[in-house]
Amino acid sequence: KIEPLKVTVDFLKVPLGLKKPPLKEALAALPGKPKSQILERHKPRRSDAMDNESQYSGYSYKSGHSRSSRKHRDRRERHRSKSRDGTRGDKSVTIQAPGEPLLDNESTRGDERDDNWGETTTVVTGTSEHSISHDDLTRITKDMEDSAHLDCSRHLGVALGAALALLAFLTPLAFLLLPQLLWREELEPCGTPCEGLFISVAFKLLILLLGSWALFFRRPKAFFPRVFVFRALLMVLVFLLVVSYWLFYGVRILDSRDRNYRGVVQFAVSLVDALLFVHYLAVVLLELRQLQPQFTLKAVRSADGASRFYNVGHLSIQRAAVWILENYYHDFPVYNPALLNLPKSVLSKKMSGFKVYSLGEENSTNNSTGQSRAVIAAAARRRDNSHNEFYYEEAEHERRVRKRRARLVVAVEEAFTHIKRLQEEEQKNPREIMDPREAAQAIFASMARAMQKYLRTTKQQPYHTMESILQHLEFCITHDMTPKAFLERYLAAGPTIQYHKERWLAKQWTLVSEEPVTNGLKDGVVFVLKRQDFSLVVSTKKIPFFKLSEEFVDPKSHKFIMRLQSETSV
Amino acid sequence: TMLSNLISFSFQQRIEIHKLREGDNLILGFSIGGGIDQDPTQNPFSEDKTDKGIYVTRVTVGGPAEVAGLQVGDKIMQVNGWDMTMVTHDQARKRLTKRNEEVVRLLVTRQSLQKAVQQSMMS
Repeated sequence: KIEPLKVTVDFLKVPLGLKKPPLKEALAALPGKPKSQILERHKPRRSDAMDNESQYSGYSYKSGHSRSSRKHRDRRERHRSKSRDGTRGDKSVTIQAPGEPLLDNESTRGDERDDNWGETTTVVTGTSEHSISHDDLTRITKDMEDSAHLDCSRHLGVALGAALALLAFLTPLAFLLLPQLLWREELEPCGTPCEGLFISVAFKLLILLLGSWALFFRRPKAFFPRVFVFRALLMVLVFLLVVSYWLFYGVRILDSRDRNYRGVVQFAVSLVDALLFVHYLAVVLLELRQLQPQFTLKAVRSADGASRFYNVGHLSIQRAAVWILENYYHDFPVYNPALLNLPKSVLSKKMSGFKVYSLGEENSTNNSTGQSRAVIAAAARRRDNSHNEFYYEEAEHERRVRKRRARLVVAVEEAFTHIKRLQEEEQKNPREIMDPREAAQAIFASMARAMQKYLRTTKQQPYHTMESILQHLEFCITHDMTPKAFLERYLAAGPTIQYHKERWLAKQWTLVSEEPVTNGLKDGVVFVLKRQDFSLVVSTKKIPFFKLSEEFVDPKSHKFIMRLQSETSV
Repeated sequence: TMLSNLISFSFQQRIEIHKLREGDNLILGFSIGGGIDQDPTQNPFSEDKTDKGIYVTRVTVGGPAEVAGLQVGDKIMQVNGWDMTMVTHDQARKRLTKRNEEVVRLLVTRQSLQKAVQQSMMS
């Protein structure tokens, strides 16, 4: 089973097969491996893809790897986003650059040959049919082949990325060592300047190593359906850089057996500097660019209309989707299907009671529509009192809830007065001393009934089992919380992440978008994040340009008079 | 048809008030409001809400002011020759309650509404 703690946001998990369990192969099978590849492949074609940190860990290695990676095996690009397979894990999308994305990029890059891969306007292609299989997460056997296959491609991608990184890392060292090994006797001695350069090379490589790890190789937060374009570009850049350096090295130094060792060392140092600058560029592109808020996203839950606004910077649609989901779990109140519909007593069947008689002409062609329209019109005109019922029903419900809540609060307050913390100085019979769990159990009985009734009335009882209430009570007792603090969790519906894991096991989200998901956010972009029972509709608005002007106020100019209105009699 | 118009105009009036002695005080029997140090927008009697003049806000029934013909809403322009249009509230009070004066002669402005009935052109 998938690690329960992994919160993986898998976009299009299935088709893209992006999801790759960090440590285990068994990730929900993504049957759509070919599809994912298609998707992946499609990505690079898009010139305007501006995915800055193509995190698409998951996606990347999945699709691209198998195909393109094989094709471009020779291309060892520096894996800027080399994500190590470990990243597959689950969530972190952005920063970790699991190699996969790089590899995918590579593969996608080489997708010129894959002309037959269709357009990928929406990421959803194929998702729908697979989303059903999402529910069969438990059927690992069925997914085994797929996941294994996908993991294979992912691993491949990661391996390639790692290879590129290794190549880039070892190149300066090779530059330094080859002259020593091949024509040592002819080399001019090079004293202190060389030593200084050696030290600088060593430290720069160390920093490069740490920086690359921090930027690209941490565990991803989520699996993205598509490759990150920026990562792909960075990989290309690194690859070109390394290749051109090798070219020059081979021609100028190896062939001619250059004697000036100092020059060789400086050449190697310049490569390390160039790599550091590319890393700097990567930091800016992948990390910094999205920090300045540029857009306001409005996320509305389709089931009950709960909405929030978020400020984001320049992001691609898929990364914005992950951002929204990260915030969804702690901002939106938990989805409670029981609270959605009006009680049946309120909604009356208005359509009934009408019979349609057609007089005169009998053309049966448009009779049905005409009839239904007539019925609807008549029903609308009929005097309807359902709003009355709704109003009174709501008032009654509210009164009931308040009454139960009052009982609950009183019961909890009284229960808490029965226990107190043992002070150090007090001497008590060991039999009387309880640990938090026992204390919780002791006082739970007096409030259990009131709690149960209250939860029933507010339709929250599926979210709180007795065990969870006891655990929370124990927690509150341990930390000396007041009854009000204990009740905070029950009196209002909290965000989804507060409840038991199974409640928010929904790691599978589907991203539905009319534009390619690696496109950047623009004013007016709308995309939908779907789950089985509800969806989040996200719309984008650009933050307006502010014109700030200044006005100087002299502190001495603040003067006041009394507003007087006296009346004096004379 | 008859058209009625209300014409508003102000006219000045001279009022002579003989102060009444009550114990140790000489009282005039009315109250004033306004002044350049007051808020003119709160004045209910003035037509121009930036007018910071002194207005009569109350007239005691049967007092010397009422006997002399002073009415609520009158604007006091002069008291015994002293100008009252640009004084503070306290200065106005002092000018009216001088202990050595038994008679004060006020120049007041009163707004009046007169109905003018005009025959319409048609009829």
